This record gives sequence, C-alpha cells and structure tokens, in this order.
Amino acid sequence: MTFKKRPDGRKFDQTREIEAKAGIIKKADGSAYFRIGKTAAYAAVYGPRELFPRSQQDPKKGRLRCNYNMMPFSGAGERVRPGPSRRSKEISMVSEKALLPVVDLSDYPNAVVDVFIELPQTDAGSRCAGICAASIALADAGITMRNMVSAVSCGKVDDKVMIDLDYEEESYEDGDVADIPVAMVPDTGEITLLQMDGKIKKEDLKKAIEMVKKPLKEIVEIQKKVLKERYK
Amino acid sequence: MNQDFKNHINKSLNKNIRMDGRKKDEFRKITIETGVISTAEGSARVKCGETELIVGVKMGVGNPYPDIPEEGVLMTGAELYPLSNPEFEGGPPRERAIETARVIDRGIRESGTIDTKKLCIKAGEQVWMVFLDVAPVNMDGNLIDIGCLAAMAALKNAKFPEFKDGKPDYKKLSKKSLPISKVPIEVTVAKIGDNFLVDLTDDEEKFVDARLTVAILEDGNLCAMQKGGDSPLSEDDVFKMIDLAIKKSKELRKLL
Repeated sequence: MTFKKRPDGRKFDQTREIEAKAGIIKKADGSAYFRIGKTAAYAAVYGPRELFPRSQQDPKKGRLRCNYNMMPFSGAGERVRPGPSRRSKEISMVSEKALLPVVDLSDYPNAVVDVFIELPQTDAGSRCAGICAASIALADAGITMRNMVSAVSCGKVDDKVMIDLDYEEESYEDGDVADIPVAMVPDTGEITLLQMDGKIKKEDLKKAIEMVKKPLKEIVEIQKKVLKERYK
Repeated sequence: MNQDFKNHINKSLNKNIRMDGRKKDEFRKITIETGVISTAEGSARVKCGETELIVGVKMGVGNPYPDIPEEGVLMTGAELYPLSNPEFEGGPPRERAIETARVIDRGIRESGTIDTKKLCIKAGEQVWMVFLDVAPVNMDGNLIDIGCLAAMAALKNAKFPEFKDGKPDYKKLSKKSLPISKVPIEVTVAKIGDNFLVDLTDDEEKFVDARLTVAILEDGNLCAMQKGGDSPLSEDDVFKMIDLAIKKSKELRKLL
C-alpha cells in the first residue's frame, strides 16, 4: 500500500482550512461565502418571491429551488463551458434535497425560495462547499429553518480512510479511491445527502461515515458563528 | 418608470444632487485585487462601491480560424448570474449579457491589446485560445466599465501554462505573460434629462435616457463605442460625453 501521507500534509481526519462569511452579497436577501482549502462557493438566496410560471405554484407551501453553477474559470483544467450541464443539474437537485429537510416552507404559499450557488474556484468537494454556503445564506435570509445543514466529503484513498479529499487525492491512480460527499444535520445526525463514486468495503464506509461526524460538528459551529457575527 | 419620480430625479440632478450624494462625474471607490482565483491562469476581483465582479482568464490550445491561420483566439464572455441581482434570471445569456461581453470584447480587440499573432503555436494547426470571462458576484450597476477594468487587470495578471507534448499543462504555469501592448479603458457616460453622469448604480441605471460607452487608449484616441438607451443623442451631446469619458479614463488608468 503506497499511500501513506496526504499530499498537503493533513491528518486523515483533518479538513482543509475553512473560511466562512455571511451577508456578502448586498443585492440578495441572504448570502454567504464558504471556502474549504482551494474550493470556494458563493450562495445567494432570493425570496420568498412569487413563483412563475403560476402552474408550478403550490397554495399549501413554498418551493425551494437550487441552482449550482461553476464559473468558467473555476476548473483546474480547461475552461468550463458556461451554462447548465448534466452534472450541474444533478448537483442542483441533490443540493436542494440536502437542504429541504431543515427548511420550513409552509409559511410561503405560492412562493419560491431561490438558492443560487456559484463556484469561483474548485479543488474537489464543491457540492459540499455549496451546501454549507447555502445553509448559511438561507438562515441569513431569514427563511424559517429547523436546523442547519453541513457537508463535507469522506472517502478512501488506497487503504486509508479519510475526510475532505482534494482533487489530487481524488485522482490518485495507484489504488482504489472512493469519494463520498455527505451532508448532515449535525445536531440530529440525519443524513440529507449521500453520494459515492469509487470502490469501498462496507466496513470502511462505516468507518468513513463515523469519521466525518466530528468535522461536520465543527463546520456547523463555524456556520453558526458567522451568522451570529453578522447580526451582532 | 413612474413619471413623477423621474421628474424628481431630474430636478435633483439639475441641482447637482445624486441619489447617493456623489458628484455627477464621480466614480465610487474602486479596489482591484489580482491573482484571486487559483484555478485561472489570470484573474482579478474588482469592487466599485457595492458592485463586485471577478474576471478569470483561462487559456487553451485549439485550432485557428481558417481565414486567419496564424492568429490565436481571444474570446470574451459575460454572464449575468441570478446570484448577483434579483432581476437576473437563469438560462442562456440574453441581450444585456451579450451586449456587455461584446462591448468589453470590442474595446480589447479593436485596441489591439493582445497581439494574436504571438499566440500562434503552429500556423494552421495549433494556437493559444484566451478565454476571458466576466462573472458578477454583486451587480450594483456599471458592469461594462468595471468589467473592462477587471478584464485588463486579469489579462495583465495571466501567465501561460507550460506547453508539453502538444497540450497545456495546467498544473505548471510558466513565467510568460500575455503579449499585451495597449490598455483600453472603457467609460460609460449616461444622459438623464439634461445631465451627464458616470458610474451609475443599479437604481440610477433605470432612469437612463441614453448612454454612450467609449473605449479610450493611453494617447487619448478612441477604439470602440456603443450607444445604448432609448433616447437619441445630439452631435453636441456625443462630444460632451466623449470628453467626460476621456477625462474619467485617466483616473481609472491610474488604478491598473
């Protein structure tokens, strides 16, 4: 087994450096910036506002709509073509489902709460960074929420279980790699997003999910802290 | 637009009062940071008052256009992200985004900022392609001027990736900068009633009768123009606006 040390010198249970800010986009009703290592995400919330076309309105409750997008210069390789892709549409959808369990939309009949996630630079883990930013932005916008959602990836490179894989680790070639983005309500332990690609044994998956709980608790504290600072 | 509100704005402007207390020919405070995006070959973040945008330069290798086989390609894109303003909607770029990109592109292209012949790797086969993308984070007006300023800062900041085995190696940036010879500055002058203004906020832009964007070179010559807005301009207006644009371009140039 050749993978002994992480390329950037982190411990296996250590996330990259995290920076978060709330309320950075003045035009939005709520907004946030969340950076983990070299992966950065902006999130802006607009609404609740009237939903068009009217046929999509629900008189019983509002709708949550997420849109994930990578800026054209945010990829490590070639320019990312602007506009939606199959990948960005899927991530938009799973991000929406990741946030939905904590958002109470019953106060906003016929309305939509729009969440726009933009990635200015990425180094793996962009959907998790986007969800962390979106959760702060929703709270910043004053949307009724039951709790906060936090997200970070865990996984396995070669025979080592670890958290928060960066791009170099994700593209490790001399052994199996598994990347598992996880979004959780850290206060309750409910998992709201779970994806995986790669190869992993059931025992290792259990270990990885066990390992990811602590950093998620740390992230939710950061999220709460920046919100408190904003409204001090 | 509510006519009474518009009359009120006109009267105030006649008395030299602007919505946010600035003078008519005064820009908001501008800050420029470069090298802010690690995944881009060049980048800049520019803030002007509440307007904040990022411009990134990505470089690729591709085929030249058949009619100019010895020249590289420069492409400018702009998207009006719904994240940056409540009035922007998702979907493919519409008129305003396309105009923004094209006007910025024209200033840079027509000034000969980048000598595209120097982007040639092998004539007719491989050339460098320079992609310039304007990404607003918070849109509070004056996207064209600030976008152009950020684009120039990003282009100056850009370094070629290493070129190995017929393709770029994005992990290694060389020390080689883009062949930049001229620096165009774009200034948009707006006409509201009988008044000329620069650097309009998002709220002010709603009152504009006509606007003129002028791209200006260091020697004071012009290299691109674009008139916008529904109202016509007299010849006299046009030259007054150009004079104001030239005057303001000197201030903006110092920031780069």
